[in-house]
Amino acid sequence: MKHLLGIEDLDPVGIDALLDRAESFAEVSKRDIKKVPALRGRTVVTLFYEASTRTSSSFELAAKRLSADVVSVKASGSSVEKGESLKDTVETLSAYDPAAIVIRHPQAGAAQMLTDWVDAAVVNAGDGMHQHPSQALLDLFALRQRIGSVEGKKIWIVGDVLHSRVARSNIQAFSMMGAEVTIAGPPTLIPRGIEATGCKVHYSLDGIEEADVVYLLRMQRERMEESFVPSIREYARLFQVNARRLNPRQLVMHPGPVNRGIEIGGDVIDSDRSLISDQVASGLAVRMAILFELLARGGDSREMDQAPVPIGEPA
Amino acid sequence: MNEVIDGLPDESDKSAALPDPLVQREGPEASVLIRGAELLDPVSGIEGPHDLLVESGTISRIADPGVIEAGEGTEVIEAEGLHVFPAFFDPHVHFRTPGQEYKEDLETGTRSAAAGGFAGVIAMANTVPPVSAPEQIEALRDRAARVASVPVGFTATVTRDMKGTELTDMAELRQAGAVAFTDDGLPIASSRILRRALQYQAMTGGRIALHEEDPGLSGKGVMNEGVVSSELGLRGVPSISESTMIGRDAAIAGYEGGAIQIQHLSAVESIEQVRQAKANGVDITCEVTPHHLCLTDEAVRDLDASKHKMNPPLRTEADRQALIDALVDGTIDCIATDHAPHAVHEKEVPFEAANMGVTGLETAFASVYTSLVLPGRISLELLVEKLGCGGGPFGIEPFTLTEGSRANLCLIDLEAEWVVGEDGYESRSLNSWCAGETLHGRVLVTLADGQVAYRLRSFSLGVA
Repeated sequence: MKHLLGIEDLDPVGIDALLDRAESFAEVSKRDIKKVPALRGRTVVTLFYEASTRTSSSFELAAKRLSADVVSVKASGSSVEKGESLKDTVETLSAYDPAAIVIRHPQAGAAQMLTDWVDAAVVNAGDGMHQHPSQALLDLFALRQRIGSVEGKKIWIVGDVLHSRVARSNIQAFSMMGAEVTIAGPPTLIPRGIEATGCKVHYSLDGIEEADVVYLLRMQRERMEESFVPSIREYARLFQVNARRLNPRQLVMHPGPVNRGIEIGGDVIDSDRSLISDQVASGLAVRMAILFELLARGGDSREMDQAPVPIGEPA
Repeated sequence: MNEVIDGLPDESDKSAALPDPLVQREGPEASVLIRGAELLDPVSGIEGPHDLLVESGTISRIADPGVIEAGEGTEVIEAEGLHVFPAFFDPHVHFRTPGQEYKEDLETGTRSAAAGGFAGVIAMANTVPPVSAPEQIEALRDRAARVASVPVGFTATVTRDMKGTELTDMAELRQAGAVAFTDDGLPIASSRILRRALQYQAMTGGRIALHEEDPGLSGKGVMNEGVVSSELGLRGVPSISESTMIGRDAAIAGYEGGAIQIQHLSAVESIEQVRQAKANGVDITCEVTPHHLCLTDEAVRDLDASKHKMNPPLRTEADRQALIDALVDGTIDCIATDHAPHAVHEKEVPFEAANMGVTGLETAFASVYTSLVLPGRISLELLVEKLGCGGGPFGIEPFTLTEGSRANLCLIDLEAEWVVGEDGYESRSLNSWCAGETLHGRVLVTLADGQVAYRLRSFSLGVA
């Protein structure tokens, strides 16, 4: 694996290996000295064209914990704001000879384009409504920590699937790992023909009691202004997942940031069945594992002659 | 900052069934023996002279003439030579409540329906304000439960306040009792909004009824565009303003798998669009008004807005004949009146300034019977069928004359000649397109869901 652009770059064996690796990094994060020297002397660029808190900060921290030098560029306050094209920005940053570029961009395929322009490994941290593979991987990791394998589990993804890159990556990832995926939401927010990918489609929460895991998506107010739903109020009445709709065995996930009281009831967020803070906690270890797999384990041909640095040694 | 919506009742689980689509006031259940009337029921197929006994609002027995004896307290109608049909159903009426009760209200509107032989109607949502919120549906249903002499179903608008920009809370409106959605009176100009509504319909149900008119083509037109409008110097509404929108909307409905009803079809090009869409498997139904079946734009030469100004406008003879043919071949599903009452002061003005719309409930049967059945253009059975099946697109089965059914029937004297408006109207408004015309066929009695909803003043019943 040279780049991580989408879930289709992975297979079940690769995902399991990556999650194993993340587990050992999670161990590292519990030590007093949380750094390993795996990427010492290498440079990781994070390039964020959209606002982000958890993804940008956890990729940055992941790279630092691996002892890489990190350059963080955000669209606001940079030459991007002055109208520089994606290609020119990326070529400028290439002057630092980065080992990896982590990019988030509001348009699908941006990460893919970078692979033609740079030698660095490219990590897609979200491209338009297309893919967000590190989110899907950290979700799998959080689930693994709580319930082990998702094989045979029933997972419902509820809400605005149409506009969600998280949903697209997670449908693929959950299915690849053997879960049965159902998506539920108003028909206006379900992508046409999505059932051809093997998931089931529901236009209501009827039957949600079968779900082992309920994965909620953020419902944005703009969707009402764009007439996808009549009102946020009606959406909440029809699709809000709250404690009354769930039994205690069912787990709830959300990629964040949550709209408390819209797609998800506060009673669920604050309950034991919520994996939301586990997801956030998983982000760091999983992103360390992603960078490690791409850069230290031999994904990058330039590094093939270097022996992988053992994780266990502090930097 | 988003509003926080916690603690609302859960509405997603469909265990809470939708309310009954139609609401009527409580009243005494009829017990009536109709002796020797000619029955004609396109649903059950029964025809010929029979005795028909209604007990406690239900048809309890149908037998050969002279067989059934009336019990104590049963009203008896000696009906030899009269006809009994299953009552009619009108899926398109304007009852003006709330906001314009000076034109009509639920009480006068349902009386007018009963006087036309109707035992069920669906009221349009272009009131003042338009019916766009669940509380309004609930209020209308409460009102109908007190004053409606025939069962009424209520529609809600597709877009909030008919502004064409945002969807209404269609799921909540359905749960409050909206039988269908329509911005009738206005087209849904935005194809994007119509598409969203049809997508959302997959979840909510409720057919979307469409007033088809491309405002860019109809402009400020006041009558059909053609020879007559050219001679009169009135701005025309071209027939294609209707048919192009039907083509667009049928394509969207077909793509999304949505269900649409085309309202008040008026032009030959429109029939072609509907026929094609049906052939393509689109879930499309459509209606035609009695006035479009009986009149052409030649009638507008009198410049009488009260009788002859409506939207869509009266078209040409070729259009009229094509509409009749489409009714016969089944392309047009039903007859609907588009009963549109307006006050005198809104009609007694120059043609161009007058409101659009005519009343039609009280004359629906007699007008088409006189214009099309008596000359042999269509059969009586077809007329009864097409006046009876208008609820079908909205999930309401046509009424039928069978033992065990609720009594929904009308007793009609086909021989009776009457001058429309001579004895006044049950409607509050006078803008009947048949005003002053002599029609054949008069409704004597209407039973609606087991109650006597109407009886002609000059027609009295005996009591056993």
